[in-house]
Amino acid sequence: MEVLHSTTTTTWHQACTVEDIPADGGACVLIEGRQIAIFNFSRRNEWFATDNQCPHRHQMVLSRGIIGSQGEEPKVACPFHKKTFSLRDGSCLNDEQYSIATYPIEIRGGVVYVEV
Amino acid sequence: MSTSTETRVVVIGNGMVGYKFCEKLIAKEKTHFRLTVFGEESQVAYDRVHLSEYFAGKSADDLLMAPRDWYSENGIELYTGDPVVDIDRERKQVRSHHGLVVGYDYLILATGSGAFVPPVDGVEKDGVFVYRTLEDLDLIQSYARKARKGAVIGGGLLGLEAAKALLDLGVEEAHVVEFASRLMPRQIDDAGSGILQRQLESLGLQIHLNKSTQLIQGTDRIEGLQFADGTELPVDMLIISAGIRPRDELAKIAGLETHPRGGIMVNDQLQTSDPSIFAIGECALVHQMIYGLVAPGYEMAEVVASQLIGNARSFKPFDMSTKLKLIGVDVASFGNPFAQEPDCRTITYDNKAKGVYKRINVSSDGKTLLGGILVGDAEQYNMLLQTCKNLTILPPNPEDLILGSRGGEEAGVGVMGLPDEALICSCEALTKGQLCHEISENGQNTVEALKKSTKACTGCGGCTPLVKDLIQGVMKQQGLYVRNTICEHFDYTRQEVLDLIKINQLTTYNEVLNHLGKGDGCETCKPLVGSVLASLWNENILQKDRAVIQDSNDRYLANIQKGGTYSVVPRIPGGEITPDKLITIGQVAKRYGLYTKITGGQRIDMFGAHVSDLPLIWEELIEAGFESGHAYGKALRTVKSCVGSTWCRFGVQDSVSFAIELEERYKGIRAPHKFKSGVSGCIRECAEAQSKDFGVIATEKGWNLYVGGNGGSKPQHAQLLAADVDKETCTRLIDRFLMFYIKTADPLTRTATWLNKLEGGMSYLKAVVVDDVLGIVADLEKEMQLLVDTYHCEWKEVVENPELRKRFSHFVNVPEQKDPTVQFDSMRNQTKARDWKTVS
Ligand code: SRM
Ligand SMILES: Cc1cc2nc3c(=O)[nH]c(=O)nc-3n(C[C@H](O)[C@H](O)[C@H](O)COP(=O)(O)OP(=O)(O)OC[C@H]3O[C@@H](n4cnc5c(N)ncnc54)[C@H](O)[C@@H]3O)c2cc1C
Ligand code: SF4
Ligand code: FES
Repeated sequence: MEVLHSTTTTTWHQACTVEDIPADGGACVLIEGRQIAIFNFSRRNEWFATDNQCPHRHQMVLSRGIIGSQGEEPKVACPFHKKTFSLRDGSCLNDEQYSIATYPIEIRGGVVYVEV
Repeated sequence: MSTSTETRVVVIGNGMVGYKFCEKLIAKEKTHFRLTVFGEESQVAYDRVHLSEYFAGKSADDLLMAPRDWYSENGIELYTGDPVVDIDRERKQVRSHHGLVVGYDYLILATGSGAFVPPVDGVEKDGVFVYRTLEDLDLIQSYARKARKGAVIGGGLLGLEAAKALLDLGVEEAHVVEFASRLMPRQIDDAGSGILQRQLESLGLQIHLNKSTQLIQGTDRIEGLQFADGTELPVDMLIISAGIRPRDELAKIAGLETHPRGGIMVNDQLQTSDPSIFAIGECALVHQMIYGLVAPGYEMAEVVASQLIGNARSFKPFDMSTKLKLIGVDVASFGNPFAQEPDCRTITYDNKAKGVYKRINVSSDGKTLLGGILVGDAEQYNMLLQTCKNLTILPPNPEDLILGSRGGEEAGVGVMGLPDEALICSCEALTKGQLCHEISENGQNTVEALKKSTKACTGCGGCTPLVKDLIQGVMKQQGLYVRNTICEHFDYTRQEVLDLIKINQLTTYNEVLNHLGKGDGCETCKPLVGSVLASLWNENILQKDRAVIQDSNDRYLANIQKGGTYSVVPRIPGGEITPDKLITIGQVAKRYGLYTKITGGQRIDMFGAHVSDLPLIWEELIEAGFESGHAYGKALRTVKSCVGSTWCRFGVQDSVSFAIELEERYKGIRAPHKFKSGVSGCIRECAEAQSKDFGVIATEKGWNLYVGGNGGSKPQHAQLLAADVDKETCTRLIDRFLMFYIKTADPLTRTATWLNKLEGGMSYLKAVVVDDVLGIVADLEKEMQLLVDTYHCEWKEVVENPELRKRFSHFVNVPEQKDPTVQFDSMRNQTKARDWKTVS
């Protein structure tokens, strides 16, 4: 994968193209062995990247979840038991004990870049 | 680093009550105290009451009272896996096993209890367990894998729970051995025990009463039990649940007063013989007794926490009413269950056929409820308990309380009739008044919200039904209940949204949201709108912007399973299948490594398909003439059939043909919930048509049509809509019935629940779909015909459409790679999904 610039611990990776991710939905990419969920929240004109694994039952499914909003907060609901996570900071909105990691994401020239 | 103003509090024991004490103390006063907690178990405090759910799939983490971080965030020093071994009362300090010495101003003993193990020869043998900690459960679980016969000594509350766990762990024989002449001797009477015993036997438990165990046989590991009456019982594992023994050993070493039969002696303030040391929970002997339940323990935590911040409080005798959970049979006792004439009037209801026994003890003047027992049906437990505790004046016919409303209003006193002081959640000591205030003034009008703001329903969970009623009651009083709107994005009911989408001719989610809603939608309104769009226009559910609004099952046209793989159910109309098609299923399952099972709906399910294999699997199935079975959709499932007049000597009509016709007609149609059907060839009803959303039974003259049946957790028989009609009439009536349901039901409501809620019930339904009082049946039929005419197989469309097909991969950047975290285990020569717990 093409490396744009690197900091001490993370690197920007070319993840996929814009067309790979359905509008107002998500899909999963594999980056150096890690599963990252990418969401194209086209209704808000925003992109998000998070862990693909739901911490509740360790299922690799968050990219298949339905996205939406709670108040102003963009969120994704896990398909399994509907734990919902903020796409901004990864906190779980209906169960304080869980959270997921989120990653910086950028779109340049139709390509999706994620910093992992 | 204690300053002179800080009070140092040390808690020994990080169990349920020790934890609750910390929570209560810091909620009252955070800065003034320096709290240190020692726990013997390596886990931080967890919910012991729901321990058995560990076997049902809850992880140790799910059971935690609070995550480990909670302690540091609240400035509490926590040492787990490090029991206190000595208390120096002179110097006021404790010493832990690892040698840590910590001084205290106040010391709280919350050491709980351990299982009481009677002095029977052989208890040290391998395969003998107690049932108290997570560690015990791990040991039991791994031993049970190789055990075939298990027994539990003790037929009390915990013993029965442990016995059920043995069954769930898959041992072939599970026995309960009880010393007394009845089960749960402290909670229920002989008659109740008799009913309970029969119910448990039907679950597969074997019960042995009046048995005193003398010897545990075997050399190193247990091989059997020998009883005082000379009989024997061969078993290869045993759980002892013969009572509890308070953990007072540390108190004894420290020279505190303990009771000869166990328990740390405390006064009403819960002080031990040393005034700076308190004992709470199951280790404390107060009012001459050990309270072996969590709610009184929590109240003790409250009493001591209040005293430490300077409020005088004492511990009052506590209600010991209990409801048995988990076992699959309702059992409850409350107040004084054993009160007898002439002190009271006893009313009993004993229905052996149904396995229900109820007893209430009413005061001699008939005014108040003293106590009672419920076996087999404990639905009225919460109400009865409240009626008893609050000394509510009884209705003129107190038997109505247990016989239920026989036509008309709910008997007795509804939750809204209780006084404000009535204790609703006894674990958290919340009264009706407090909860109502929280609901009406602070707007916490869901169980989830109340859990967060008050902690109601978070302890034993027994109050949840009552809390739900309370929410409804309060909302009704405020005139709020009437509209069941969808979510924060749509201020409409499902029926209103359906009508508006139709009038405005909207076909995509974003159009609907722009026209009728606000915000960005969510997992509640998106699938709902998806279903309504499908019910109205029947366009492909994955096209335009619709794929991403579907629940995972609909989005992938398959059912998501543990581990993230999918199951595939091809349609097998009426359950009829050719040998060639059976062979194809076998070949496909073999090729893709799928687990196969005959479903409860007369067809075959193939489990464990990777998302990227789905289109390939469908392609092969379609090739052989199969279509989607819509097992993933809120749509028609199966029309079950019996073999009928073509083969059966009793059949009066061809039920298989009619079942196939009906299944072909209604397949793929989206509805508020799934719907099912059955067609039986005669009155013997082998297709169980009366348990279906619509069911047809052949008669000599034609067909009887039943609607509104349901299996599931609240089974209900379907009711007759029309008798002796011909096939065409029958089909037309079903068209109207289904379409009326689709257009008016709340989301995720089966036909049975819809019909129960429909004002006017069955006679109104008949008036609408048979007699056409609303003048809409022509429209209903037309709308249904549109859906029938626009049917398409969704699998086929994906297989043939490269755009849609592309979405069926796990990684969009490496579509050929499957999810490497998916793991299977093998079982009986097939695969199964790896259990949640062991995946990480
Ligand atoms: C596969 C099957 C079990 C089996 O191995 O036999 C099954 C499996 C599931 N059932 Fe069922 N039910 C199956 C027959 C039944 C039956 C029996 C029947 O249809 O004759 C019933 C009772 C009859 C009824 O529905 O009235 C049944 C009542 C339920 C219910 C309770 C519905 C209710 O109204 O209370 C649910 C929960 C729900 O739908 O919300 C449920 C939900 C489920 C779900 C969808 C749970 C889930 O969300 O994952 C399971 C999907 C597993 C999967 O991926 O395939 N299943 N389920 C059966 C599929 C039949 C088929 O060929 O389509
Ligand atoms: C399977 C099961 C089901 C139950 N079901 C119900 C129910 O349905 N309803 C109900 O009300 N109650 C139920 N109970 C009882 C309930 O769990 C107890 O009443 C409650 O846990 C008591 O809390 P506690 O803190 O006093 O004791 P515990 O929860 O036992 O905690 C005491 C802790 O102190 C530790 N400890 C002991 N000595 C020391 C030491 N010297 N140093 C440091 N730590 C020490 C122990 O290891 C333990 O972790 C059930 C119990 C079990 C086992
Ligand atoms: S009863 Fe139905 S929902 Fe429950 S485990 Fe069985 S298949 Fe799943
Ligand atoms: S696995 Fe995500 S909510 Fe349970």
